[in-house]
Amino acid sequence: MRHILSILLENEAGALSRVVGLFSARGYNIDSLTVSTTEDATLSRMTIVTSGSDDVIEQITKQLNKLIEVVKVIDLNESDHVERELMLIKVRSTGKDREEMKRMADIFRGRILDVTEKTYTIELTGESSKLDAFIEAVDRTLILETVRTGASGIGRGERILKI
Amino acid sequence: MEISGAEIVIRCLQEEGVEFVFGYPGGAVLEIYDAIFKQDKFKHVLVRHEQGAVHAADGYSRSSHKVGVALVTSGPGATNAITGIATAYLDSIPMVVISGQVPTPAIGLDAFQEVDMVGITRPCVKHNILVKDVRDIASAMKKAFHIATTGRPGPVVVDIPKDITLARAEFHYPQSVSLRSYNPPAKGHPGQIKKAVNLLSDAKRPLIYIGGGAVLSNASNQVTELVKMLGVPATNTLMALGAFSGSDPQNLGMLGMHGLYEANMAMQHCDVLIAIGARFDDRVISVPSHFLSSPKKIVHIDIDPSSIAKRVKVDIPIVGNVRDVLDEMLALLRQTGARPNAEHLANWWKQLEEWRSHNCLKFDANSDIIKPQFVVQTLYEITGGDAFVTSDVGQHQMWAAQYYKFNKPRRWINSGGLGTMGFGLPAAMGVQLANPDATVACITGEASIQMNIQELSTCKQYHTPVKVINLNNRYLGMVRQWQEFFYGNRYSESYMDALPDFVKLAEAYGHVGMKIERPADVEPALREAMKLKERLVFMDFITDQTENVFPMVQNNRGLSQMDLPPHMRHLQQGTVAKERDYGNLS
Ligand SMILES: Cc1ncc(C[n+]2csc(CCOP(=O)(O)OP(=O)(O)O)c2C)c(N)n1
Ligand SMILES: [Mg+2]
Repeated sequence: MRHILSILLENEAGALSRVVGLFSARGYNIDSLTVSTTEDATLSRMTIVTSGSDDVIEQITKQLNKLIEVVKVIDLNESDHVERELMLIKVRSTGKDREEMKRMADIFRGRILDVTEKTYTIELTGESSKLDAFIEAVDRTLILETVRTGASGIGRGERILKI
Repeated sequence: MEISGAEIVIRCLQEEGVEFVFGYPGGAVLEIYDAIFKQDKFKHVLVRHEQGAVHAADGYSRSSHKVGVALVTSGPGATNAITGIATAYLDSIPMVVISGQVPTPAIGLDAFQEVDMVGITRPCVKHNILVKDVRDIASAMKKAFHIATTGRPGPVVVDIPKDITLARAEFHYPQSVSLRSYNPPAKGHPGQIKKAVNLLSDAKRPLIYIGGGAVLSNASNQVTELVKMLGVPATNTLMALGAFSGSDPQNLGMLGMHGLYEANMAMQHCDVLIAIGARFDDRVISVPSHFLSSPKKIVHIDIDPSSIAKRVKVDIPIVGNVRDVLDEMLALLRQTGARPNAEHLANWWKQLEEWRSHNCLKFDANSDIIKPQFVVQTLYEITGGDAFVTSDVGQHQMWAAQYYKFNKPRRWINSGGLGTMGFGLPAAMGVQLANPDATVACITGEASIQMNIQELSTCKQYHTPVKVINLNNRYLGMVRQWQEFFYGNRYSESYMDALPDFVKLAEAYGHVGMKIERPADVEPALREAMKLKERLVFMDFITDQTENVFPMVQNNRGLSQMDLPPHMRHLQQGTVAKERDYGNLS
């Protein structure tokens, strides 16, 4: 099953590679990974989307906690959470496709960031599945380039990951 | 007053009360070696290969419960240390390894003798630190010792670039460290401990399964008290020999791939299992589904939460320091007087004694050729189970574990997790330095010993009178056994056609060499060697080349489906490996 793990870790050189190394050494999946510093510059926050059975997810969480630089780990799936990912997608938009692309972007609440005679560059945010849906919805041959940030997640309501 | 980074390193080691640093110099650590020259608080042991330094620090640590310290130069010095570091990591040995690094401006430029030590060691250390500022050396060192020794212990690497050892700073050694991201558990959960005690009093066929964690947390007294108080059987892993006395009648002996029949049968058929600092690994329980096919309730005490529920689901997990948890458990048992039902226990013991009566370790004691088991047994008899014994990896290791009954913890020193050939001799050196008056034997094979034979020279220099017991079967014996069992006697590259004359070799290094070829000479030779208290004696025992280690649990079989020695074949479940037709086996 797909899980979203949120990790607080010391903002130190090498901490990121320890986390990534753990996943590859133990054969865990990484579907996506995002990381950046937090409001507290000594801490980074990472969101990892992974998948595996409950046992595997339990091991991943335990192994992450064992890393000296990892301060806290939560599995966002354990309760309500919101998840967002950003995608920039460059599509061919000429002739009749031009109007269609604009319409699709609107339906998915995308914003057109850059326009040329032949292309649109569209910004989309949402759950990763929504971005997948957009890619499914447009004609594949029109997609010139995509770049996605990977999901970031946060608990709903009072649930807070902080030290 | 400002002092150099190199001097700071030395001062840190002194503050930690380090007695021995095992190391080897080179360009990147010359400043540190110069600072060593000017001090006399700790002793430096110049090994002959960096792997030897790390194993020696490891043996020192295992036998003394102190931190092992090794010092190596950058590049090849650092890479030579890797096998030693990984060995310590898999057996959770507290160790600090200091490696030199190229100067900070040169890092990343493929400089002479540059390797990314922090990157290379990441998967085989508990933690590692690259020091980038002379003012950080003291805190990095303090952190390293703290992390290495607390929680589940392990090796920590501190990588120090040469310019940092030259730079100067004030020295302040922190009195303590607190890391917000690192808080190892100590006390177990009282509710869980209570549940475990209740479970024990309901048990019909209880068993205590002792692992290396019991040794590492110095819980030998607690384990012994628990076993004695409850009157229950106990078994220990390869890593736990001696945590509970090997000669105690309640000890069923080692379990696992080459465990004793009675121990493996008990492990399979118990109904309540108390796992103490053990981790149900593949060499112990073999196939988890088969192990669990005989229903049992499991209590698992371990300091590392990730060891719990990794290979088997348990009913009562207790995360905490083994020693502290057992103290609480014992207090509760004393207070409540809860004990397993005596009648059930008596029935269980009847079954256990029946299993034991087959004497699975019986071997041909009247053979004309020296049986390796006989050598170990004789060593046990003449040392009374009190010697420190290191070993290498192979059949000799298993025979050492089976036939030497360790009465005390920290006396059996072997590479259990990584299975590193070449560990035995340098480890013995470290053991001897930590225990100068003790008898230290290194039980090895003619192949393993050659992997770090150069350390005979170090032994000479530092007067470590190790007794090397070479069980010489001319074969990579354990490999040969697998080839006999699983590969139709195709002995691919497991025979050594050429071997050195070990007697002459020992003599060339300045030691005493002996060659023993007849069973009748085994005991007199061992006694003579023991008399040479001040000398390293290399004893080359020419042993039976065809001997196999029994019992044996094949990779894909359950614990109770052992391959049994010839005199027990009537109890065999399923065919013996070598009589079966094998496809590919991992
Ligand atoms: C460094 C290393 N290389 C290879 C192995 C695989 N291996 C395990 S046991 C063994 C044979 C050991 O031979 P020897 O030391 O003579 O011991 P014996 O089994 O004959 O008692 C080998 C090659 C290992 N454990 N370690
Ligand atoms: Mg051999």
